[in-house]
Amino acid sequence: MTDEAALEQTRKAIQKWKKKRGSLIMALHEIQGIYGYVPWDHAKVVAEEMGVALARIYEVLTFYNFFKLESPGKYIISVCDGTACHIKGGASVIDAFAKHLNINPGETTPDRLFHMQIVRCLGCCGLAPVVVVNGKTYGKVSPADVPSIIDEWKKKEAL
Amino acid sequence: MTKMIKLKIDNLDVEVPEGTSILDAAKKVQVEIPTLCYHPDLEPTAACGLCIVKANGRMLRSCCTPVMEGMEVITRDPEIVNERKTVLKLILSRHPNECLTCLKNETCELRQKAAEFGFRQDNFKKISLSHEDAPLDCSTRSIVLDPRKCILCGRCVQVCQNVQNVWALSFLNRGLKTRIAVAGNLTLDESPCIKCGQCVAHCPTGALTEYDDTGIVWRSLMNKEKYCVAQIAPAVRVAIGEAFGKDPGEISTKKLYSALRRLGFDAVFDTNFGADVTIMEEGSEFVERFAHGKGSLPLITSCCPAWVDYMQKYYPDMIEHFSTCKSPHEIVGALTKTYYAEKKGLDPKDIMMVSIMPCTAKKYEIRRNESMYASGCQDVDVSLTTRELARMLKQAGIVFDELKDEEADSPLGEYSGAGTIFGFSGGVMEAALRTAYRLVEGKELDDVDITPLRGVDEGIKTMEMPLGGKTLKVAVAQGTGNVGKLLDEVRDALNRGEESPYQFIEVMACPGGCIGGGGQPTGVTNKVRKERTKGLIMDDKKSSIRKSHLNPDVQKLYEEYLDKPLSEKAHHLLHTTYNAVPVYKK
Repeated sequence: MTDEAALEQTRKAIQKWKKKRGSLIMALHEIQGIYGYVPWDHAKVVAEEMGVALARIYEVLTFYNFFKLESPGKYIISVCDGTACHIKGGASVIDAFAKHLNINPGETTPDRLFHMQIVRCLGCCGLAPVVVVNGKTYGKVSPADVPSIIDEWKKKEAL
Repeated sequence: MTKMIKLKIDNLDVEVPEGTSILDAAKKVQVEIPTLCYHPDLEPTAACGLCIVKANGRMLRSCCTPVMEGMEVITRDPEIVNERKTVLKLILSRHPNECLTCLKNETCELRQKAAEFGFRQDNFKKISLSHEDAPLDCSTRSIVLDPRKCILCGRCVQVCQNVQNVWALSFLNRGLKTRIAVAGNLTLDESPCIKCGQCVAHCPTGALTEYDDTGIVWRSLMNKEKYCVAQIAPAVRVAIGEAFGKDPGEISTKKLYSALRRLGFDAVFDTNFGADVTIMEEGSEFVERFAHGKGSLPLITSCCPAWVDYMQKYYPDMIEHFSTCKSPHEIVGALTKTYYAEKKGLDPKDIMMVSIMPCTAKKYEIRRNESMYASGCQDVDVSLTTRELARMLKQAGIVFDELKDEEADSPLGEYSGAGTIFGFSGGVMEAALRTAYRLVEGKELDDVDITPLRGVDEGIKTMEMPLGGKTLKVAVAQGTGNVGKLLDEVRDALNRGEESPYQFIEVMACPGGCIGGGGQPTGVTNKVRKERTKGLIMDDKKSSIRKSHLNPDVQKLYEEYLDKPLSEKAHHLLHTTYNAVPVYKK
């Protein structure tokens, strides 16, 4: 999709929120839903369409952890560090991913392939520690399992 | 009628209108509750917690708590003082101890509070923050943002967003990571910032300051090869005294001339002369459009560079309505390096032209586009704020208030009362009407005091007067936050194919006009703005000549050099162009 077409897509997607006061966050959700983050040029479209200053939009975007300002990468690795996972060694799994991908939690690899984030409880504590990659759940993960999980998705990418 | 509320503050009886805050009520009984984030120009936000008091057994922030009937307020006891000290200690724990080298050290409100509360050591370990190493943002060369010194009071954000409607600064992130910054981590130069400096005027600490240009001025003054020329803006003369303990509004024009000579300037001119020339050009431009139908109405004034930047960013479709006439100091700059240089046999390259301005945006204006180089080199080399000049005078050991009065140099120093009122909101319009009347009616306006356009309380002032058999409607806006309403009204009328509701519009970006400019001595409130305005009104009143076209040196300038207003030479030297500028550069 060209940049212009993408901006047009955003413009269309937020039409339904335009007239409603207090729906800036919903419009931003809409954009993040499409692109996985809120790109600068698209935030500008929101500013224009909704008549909200870009400064205010960025205040909202940076206030809520949920919103991302950079492309989060193709494969999103969510490592749980909720209570149960933490007790079962979630932190060491996070460290292992950080070491193997050479990124900190919340960061994306330079090739934009992997993004790692820490989440609090995925609702399947019996499987602790839990890792989810693009919807696929891995249970009882140990640091030793980490390279194979990464390889699995790298192989998928190579196909 | 407003309901009156009776209460006790520190056991003293107080009666104030309903809705008054405890903080304001306390002032009635000579009690000054300490504050940091509060500013009378702005809505109280209760950000800092320093103004805490006890009322009816509870601890409350007095800035945003309205009084209640029968309330018993205690503003000071050991527990309250302890709380306030804790608030200050926490702020200081994330504020660098750089007071010695900080540009705001003399006027920093945080430093003053730390002194008043008697801190003699750091009580808390310094907290290291993620943006601790954030670099200075000097990108505008007008305003400097040092995020490390920010105490998150929010004054700059409120003034930038709500008062000025510029929206360059914002609160980004949350919690400990909160900081004042531009959206998308851009620099101020890449942002909507118009360089008005109201953030600087309202910042209690050194987080926002002017871009200090005194270094190059000192070096030029020491350099024997340089012929240094200074000029002072209208609003500077009624404010600089404040830096030397004088009351706002006291006129120090002649002491300023004297002080600038003592500093080593070879010639001292007055921007007010340039203001008179501006009126000749802009007034003629208006008359051409209004009486002779040459060009579109309304005509909008363009002396204010922050307003120029705002208009180029937000109203580029209105460019044709903008007066092409340059601002007064640019006119003095261009004439110094041509007219004066020729008279004196000077090479313009050897002239160092320094403007003393109440303004931070003038620092941006001097390089705004190629028309600022009309003399063949940069017409104004440096623009200093009132504050920078005050610092230079102190460094030079000049005892300002004991100086003997001196006169400005000829031929760019003589000014009329119309030139001096350029410094307050409504003054440019008033000065223009005094001359436009002469140009259209062919006779002099008898009563030159056009009072409906004066004053700092109203954001938009309007007036009608008969002119050339028609009714002239003028409007004056102060503070860019008030401009939108006015220009939208004009734009809507024009889009509908109707005539503009106003034919002549004056805009000054800062509340109160230049007297309340971002480069003026700090601590400005409406009370100070009123006093400074009064000072300029007095300066005008006591002038023997109160109309720009009657200034003999202005007449001489046209006879000897420019021929007549709007001549080709005048256009080349005294007029400029505008172009659309993107709100964000990225």
